[in-house]
Amino acid sequence: MSILLPHIPAIGWPTRRTGARWLFCASVVAVLVALPFGGLLVQAIQGSPGLWVHLISSILPVALADTLVLLCGVGIVTTAIGTAMAWLVTAHAFPGRRIVEWALLLPLAVPTYIIAYAYLDILHPIGPVQGAVRWILGYSSPRQFRLPDVRSMTGCILLLGFVLYPYVYIPVRAMFLTQSANLVDAARMLGVPRRAIFWNVALPLARPAVAVGVSLALMETLNDVGAAEFLGVRTLTVSIYTTWITRSDLPGAAQIALSLLLIVVVLVALERWARRRQRYSGDARRHRELEPRPVRGLRGAALLILCLIPILIGFAAPAFYLIVEASKRVRYAGLSPRLVDEAVSTISLATIATAVTVLFGVVIAYTNRLRPGAVSSWSYRLATMGYAAPGTVVAIGVLIVLATADRLVDQTAIDWFGISTGLLFIGSGAALIYAYATRFLAISAGSIDAGLARIPVSLDQASRSLGQSPTGTLRHVHLPLSKAAITAAGLLVFVDCVKELPATLLLRPLNIETFATHLYGEAARGTYEEASIAALAILLIGMVPVILLSRIGRSGH
Amino acid sequence: MVANTAEFALEIQELTRRFGPTAAVDCISLSIRQGEIICLVGHSGCGKSTLLRLIAGVDTPDGGTIFLEGKEISGPSAFTEPEARNIGFVFQDYALFPHLSVEQNILFGLKACNRAEAIRRSAELIDRMGITHLADRFPHMLSGGEQQRVALARALAPQPRILLMDEPFSNLDPSLRDRVRNDTLSLLKTLGTTVIMVTHDPEEALSAGDRVVLMKAGRIVQAGTGYDLHDRPLTPYAAEFFCDFNKVPGVYRRGKIETAIGGFSQTLAAPEGSSSTLYIRPQAISVARDGGDLSGRIVGRSFHGQFEQFLIRVDELEVPLTVRTTHRLPQDVDLVRISIDSGQVLAFSEIKI
Repeated sequence: MSILLPHIPAIGWPTRRTGARWLFCASVVAVLVALPFGGLLVQAIQGSPGLWVHLISSILPVALADTLVLLCGVGIVTTAIGTAMAWLVTAHAFPGRRIVEWALLLPLAVPTYIIAYAYLDILHPIGPVQGAVRWILGYSSPRQFRLPDVRSMTGCILLLGFVLYPYVYIPVRAMFLTQSANLVDAARMLGVPRRAIFWNVALPLARPAVAVGVSLALMETLNDVGAAEFLGVRTLTVSIYTTWITRSDLPGAAQIALSLLLIVVVLVALERWARRRQRYSGDARRHRELEPRPVRGLRGAALLILCLIPILIGFAAPAFYLIVEASKRVRYAGLSPRLVDEAVSTISLATIATAVTVLFGVVIAYTNRLRPGAVSSWSYRLATMGYAAPGTVVAIGVLIVLATADRLVDQTAIDWFGISTGLLFIGSGAALIYAYATRFLAISAGSIDAGLARIPVSLDQASRSLGQSPTGTLRHVHLPLSKAAITAAGLLVFVDCVKELPATLLLRPLNIETFATHLYGEAARGTYEEASIAALAILLIGMVPVILLSRIGRSGH
Repeated sequence: MVANTAEFALEIQELTRRFGPTAAVDCISLSIRQGEIICLVGHSGCGKSTLLRLIAGVDTPDGGTIFLEGKEISGPSAFTEPEARNIGFVFQDYALFPHLSVEQNILFGLKACNRAEAIRRSAELIDRMGITHLADRFPHMLSGGEQQRVALARALAPQPRILLMDEPFSNLDPSLRDRVRNDTLSLLKTLGTTVIMVTHDPEEALSAGDRVVLMKAGRIVQAGTGYDLHDRPLTPYAAEFFCDFNKVPGVYRRGKIETAIGGFSQTLAAPEGSSSTLYIRPQAISVARDGGDLSGRIVGRSFHGQFEQFLIRVDELEVPLTVRTTHRLPQDVDLVRISIDSGQVLAFSEIKI
């Protein structure tokens, strides 16, 4: 029945070529994403030792202290608001709870630089709020009475806290919804009074979720360049920006960027550590949702008002202010051609970046499925490392890489054809697209990967055994089946590109303005002309994922 | 390297696949003739599904060679991608494409031929499988049995050189399973398709295949017809896989195994006086109120419908004997006489696995 043959040594075994091209593409994407960070490292090391001394003695102490104070403050504020709101809406049934539950997500749509921009005007000594306070108290001039200046560390912490708390609210609320029902009942039967449940059961339970949320909020804080600068807080991020823009000192900027990256690494490590025992949250046991306690009458109204405060401060007030200002402006001067140009460049840059990022995401996620192994899993890890890196850091890294590439191309062109190509990459939008893709690839790869994971592997095998190549399988099976995940990924990336400020500011081509950079420019100059329209446009685009998120939350019920 | 002849539809030589330190498929050699239906059977984790995946080409072996109709498709000098092998596969979960209708699912494997030809062939198969009324439906609208038929039709559409089926009937209701299995196998027989089918169900293996291949820990324990494996197992493992046994200790002397309940003729490659175990099938023991060779007492009985199972204590043995019989005994009987059919008794030399 069987034929015995001499044993064949395994040496010279043909390596299987399935998906070799995919593996190659994924590695290229991974290297592209990793390059800016490598460039940063090289540039920082190449900087003269004197620079490091200067950095450590003059810039770092102030910037580091400010950054750490800001991080602590934002951490405390987001934890307090996010956890409290999550507990209020999951454990209590008061009138309007259903609406408040998703409206609490709305501040997510407001980028940090827009909230700072809006409140600078709203809380201006001669602005609407202070005016109203003086009118009520019977003062006539700002000299007699004024509120503490919003341009301070405290102001910055509070404003960032009120737009970033949803990062904590979302995971903590999910945790309360899925985990706490049986535990709360058990605790009550063991004699814990209802009042003490929050402190004794809910809060300890929420700790891993808080860790996840706070670390995201703090990464956004580190990413912020607008709010801190408008409000006069000199963070590391702002230092990087000014070091490059005003002093054109690339090695210096690279060194500060590296210090900032170190803080990010610490943050990620802390987050991993804080949720090291989170395994219990993932169990598949059928969970029972927490039954909220009915709260009616005055107490119910009080809870509603409590929940409306963060929505009002973090979303409604700035949105209302922007609508009023924008409509004033439109009525006064109409839509200027400049704004239309900005809209076109904002949307085209974001569209191209989204296409590139989604394409890269498909390559990374599909390769991980097609050829699981060390190469593809490292590609995945490298390709998604940009998610935690602040935009300024990515921008400086991209700048270093593309400046080198430009020099190389220019030199080659001169040597071979006698033509100078100049700043081919940096001068065009390519640098910006590169930075966007580096920074947002984690979002696209992650959600496409999750979409692909829902497709049974047997479908891949069925398609292959019916004659489709790996690429044909992707086209005929995976793409149609993960359309929703890919669309969602594209949408998230698009919105993030539109909102992105720090990298855009550093890398946009000379003659091009986007909504975000326009707003930054006017706020930095202290002029308030058309920025309100640009801000409103960003806000409206930013609301799209929030609405999607709230719909996912509801269908999850 | 060349295959022996092209008379074999599939030939596997010393195929090995390791996952870390364990070999899921451990140096397996097997040849399958044209039109043969092979049942790979074994407990879960024995490597039967891995072997199937290696043949299909969706997994890569660490060593060994596979020939399909005499051509090397996996081995030291070649690796044919699964899409180029033309091997059909029916999956345990059927793996129907949820975004395609039944007809589009069947057409999926016919992309190579021209549109008219593809539609003609799929219509023919749909008609043959009796699923014309399902052609426009989507997989989620089908019952388990219907999905199974669609999966089979889809795998057969490109006229594969060999059809692999991974537990194709295990997801069906027991009431439906027998009928679907009979229909499927008679169709495959009519078409003359070469089939390798994986199952963990001993009865299914015995009834479905021309040849049964029993696997354990990545190796073939025994291969042969169902009768061979059931009636003449070469090892205790093979014996116990297909049947429950009463095991009675004994000693091998002068061509007999002598036990407390008598001596039984066996030819063993074992030294005189060595201890040996006698394997007695539960249905080899007959029970009556009188006559018989031994007396026993019923200590337990359970009714299974087609047969009744007794636990009978015999003074000579420590462990009660399990007996299966289609004869009925009155409920009040507990003292019985039993006799053992020595033709249905097995023993194994210790040197065998």
